[in-house]
Amino acid sequence: MKDAKVIELEEVAIRFSGDSGDGMQLTGTLFSDTSALFGNDISTFPDYPSEIRAPQGTVGGVSGFQVQFGKKKITTPGDLAHVLIAMNPAALKANAAFMNPGGTIIFDVDSFSEKNFAKAQFQTLDPFAELKLDDYFKIPVPITSLTKESLKDLELDNKSVLRCKNMFALGLICWMFERPLDYIERFIQNKFGKKSPLIAEANLKVLHDGYNYGMNMQHATPRFIVHPAPIEKGIYRNINGNLATAWGLLAAAEKSGLNLFIGSYPITPATDVLQALAERKDLGVKSFQAEDEIAGICTTIGAAFAGHLAVTSTSGPGFALKAEALGLSVMAELPIVVVNVQRGGPSTGLPTKTEQSDLLQTLYGRNGESPLVVVAASTPSDCFYYAFLAAKIALERMVPVVLLTDGFLGNGSEPWRVPSMSELPSITPRKATNPELFKPYNRDPETLAREWAVPGMEGFEHRIGGLEKNAAGGVSHDPENHHINTQIRAEKVAKVVDMIPELEVVGEAEGDLLVVGWGGTYGHMISSVRAMQNAGKKVSLAHFNYIKPLPKNTAEVFSKFKKIVVCELNLGQFASYLRDSVPGFHYYQVNKMKGLPFSVHELVENFEKILEA
Amino acid sequence: MTKFNYTAKDFKSAAEVRWCPGCGDYAIMNAVQKTMADMDIAHKDFAVISGIGCSSRFPYYMSTYGFHTIHGRAAAIASGVKSANPDLTVWVITGDGDSLAIGGNHFIHLVRRNINLNLVLFNNKIYGLTKGQYSPTSDRGKITKTSPFGTIEDSFIPGQLVLGSRGTFFARAIDSNVKHTQEVLAESAKHEGTSVVEVLQNCVIFNDGIHDYVADPKFRAERQLFLMKGEPMIFGEQEDKGLILENGHLKVVKIGENGITREDILVHHPEEDNLGLQVALINMALPEFPVAMGVIRSVKAPIYDQEMKKQIETVQAKRRVTCMDELLQSGNTWTVDGENCSEPVKFFDNKCFV
Repeated sequence: MKDAKVIELEEVAIRFSGDSGDGMQLTGTLFSDTSALFGNDISTFPDYPSEIRAPQGTVGGVSGFQVQFGKKKITTPGDLAHVLIAMNPAALKANAAFMNPGGTIIFDVDSFSEKNFAKAQFQTLDPFAELKLDDYFKIPVPITSLTKESLKDLELDNKSVLRCKNMFALGLICWMFERPLDYIERFIQNKFGKKSPLIAEANLKVLHDGYNYGMNMQHATPRFIVHPAPIEKGIYRNINGNLATAWGLLAAAEKSGLNLFIGSYPITPATDVLQALAERKDLGVKSFQAEDEIAGICTTIGAAFAGHLAVTSTSGPGFALKAEALGLSVMAELPIVVVNVQRGGPSTGLPTKTEQSDLLQTLYGRNGESPLVVVAASTPSDCFYYAFLAAKIALERMVPVVLLTDGFLGNGSEPWRVPSMSELPSITPRKATNPELFKPYNRDPETLAREWAVPGMEGFEHRIGGLEKNAAGGVSHDPENHHINTQIRAEKVAKVVDMIPELEVVGEAEGDLLVVGWGGTYGHMISSVRAMQNAGKKVSLAHFNYIKPLPKNTAEVFSKFKKIVVCELNLGQFASYLRDSVPGFHYYQVNKMKGLPFSVHELVENFEKILEA
Repeated sequence: MTKFNYTAKDFKSAAEVRWCPGCGDYAIMNAVQKTMADMDIAHKDFAVISGIGCSSRFPYYMSTYGFHTIHGRAAAIASGVKSANPDLTVWVITGDGDSLAIGGNHFIHLVRRNINLNLVLFNNKIYGLTKGQYSPTSDRGKITKTSPFGTIEDSFIPGQLVLGSRGTFFARAIDSNVKHTQEVLAESAKHEGTSVVEVLQNCVIFNDGIHDYVADPKFRAERQLFLMKGEPMIFGEQEDKGLILENGHLKVVKIGENGITREDILVHHPEEDNLGLQVALINMALPEFPVAMGVIRSVKAPIYDQEMKKQIETVQAKRRVTCMDELLQSGNTWTVDGENCSEPVKFFDNKCFV
């Protein structure tokens, strides 16, 4: 037998792709977890349709999951996949554009039939030629028939047998990348072992048969070696952005000594935040699934009035519905955290796809002068920290805080060194202490934050509401009072700048081009900037997590560069905000509106053009 | 013996009351304040939540905790307050426009969940604060500023909506009868679950006299039926009229005629889960029937805020995770401790001023 072809790689991206019922998200997740456990750094990108089940075999119904892993720090799921697993012709068609030139395609040859070519709207019987994939390395594997063969002795119905196909593919990929199977085996046992031992047995058998198939066919399949990444010591877990957000809020509740309340309404892609918190009754979480988005934030405001760390989660259109109540929390100066996991818009837009186009809505989308604090997370795992910080700012400054994440961060995952609670900063809510001196709108002279007195506290009985008030809490239509209070509310938000760090620059503090971004584009931005730096270009990155207020030194950082380019997944919302808030600079723009993250390649191309301009 | 010896006056705040002279709201507020005084609960443990409208200015006039919120959302905000802290005594003050139009969704879900609070629905069948447009309780054909040729919609009957939303408590009173309003509010305060009290309220400016036909003291005995738990449903100046069921429908009969005796008259059982009869009582309208006043339904059912508390306690009794450090290290974790690995960098060293 010939030796297997062994390819040693620094980093590799794999894309699992099939029908939305084929279990590709699970397959991808299991492979990612296995790789993370193996010691690679990873970054993942689930890409799925908004229909639960689009017609089988059609391009519209293709569900994909890309993971990049490597022996060095991985910041993106990879622009293009080195290996594609295509469970049917539609999956091939949908993903051809995301393949690395000359990459490897593993496909279920059983499903590459005339009927399925038609469903995927191929014009000929040679999909590879049609997609110009002729010189790619193709591995036809009869996944369907081998799965059937593997399970013929088990008394399983045909539907259940076919459901195991993804495990065959997974087993094969694990062999190709030298991943041990024990983590996946444990997962299958935990998921099916007790309830349906037969299903567990079937999945395990197919997984192993897939692995062994790779071993037996090694003359035909390449084998890849990706060494573990050198990373910080510590305890690690794999985490996605939505779970990290939920846990950051839980951590803030524990640190502040408050109970956590979440009033929310399910909406893609934010639902997981609500679900993750609903699961944590053991930590005392009160989760309230409201009748609509408005009730979601209103129950949250009620819980904040009653003294809880109160949170609501949503995505774009749901955030629009919350606008009026958000204004109430600005006026009543109650500490709430609103998590907006952004998705493509307007209206229902692209519910399962990522975008950064709610920024202006967040900053300005309310009636009246209605300032609040805006924070944005930049990687799946740092959603934990920015959720924690959002809560800290809200509770210490008595102000609503909006945390912006997005579908890419929410669903994407990466390994995360788990912090201990002792590493996290303290949170001191502004609970009122002296009933003699208490007035609802008395303020701390430094921070302008009012004090928080909640029902049940003796001697602090007071009334608040949406109407303009004087310091004593009385309704006031006095013109002077409204003018002053409007300024105070804006100033209070501006003073949060004292809590946040200065803007950091990745790279030299001066140069030819400063690349500016915010939120979930961080991974692609830093990869592209590093690529430019490695090519000897004087390019640096300034990535924003604090959007309102902006870091103190923003203008100073900008002033050190010849050119500035603002990159975002919208038509230039942050760029307009910067033109207004940090005037005096020319801001170039790179914008993308495809429901997809940036690719490193397209960013680099754009930066080079701007440098030459 | 009472702990606090409160009187109604103790619940008045220093704020100047700014309702129109003669507004029915004054009488209702007096009744609420008297009821609160009698509840013998500390000021600090009351939270009065309102939406938008004339009646919703109510919290400002109370010496308790209060929150005047936004149009239609009082029910949702109060649901959050009570879920967060079930020990509070929460009152929602709202009107027919606030609760049944813009807040209709929150209203029905509050009732469905059976959150333990008292909701007082001021029903003047008009939009007062926006100056005289028709409301969801305005009668078909009502001429207002936004219906100059008469409305072409049917109105909500609030009690029907409450029972349709699986409400556990519904009562009706009228502003001009302060004593009865107070009795009804006292019953609602005792009820565990969402209690809705509809108070027929007069708007002197935009809908003056809308309830006069019912309220007229001269005909009160004929036009109002005061329901009492365990008592026959009898009314009339001479207490000689009553209700019976005939072919499944309510019917007014005269005691002494056609062999009808007191014993034939239906006895009121608000505590029984008898939706059909209770809806029939709610629907009774002049001139065929008297208008039913008092507690129409008061049944027991699980209470949302208590269930939430219980569920947390149940889960916590057998929990594996008791704090964040345990959660963070639970499940699929792995340890990295290789020789070429670096020391951990604390995130907060550079991301926030502690």
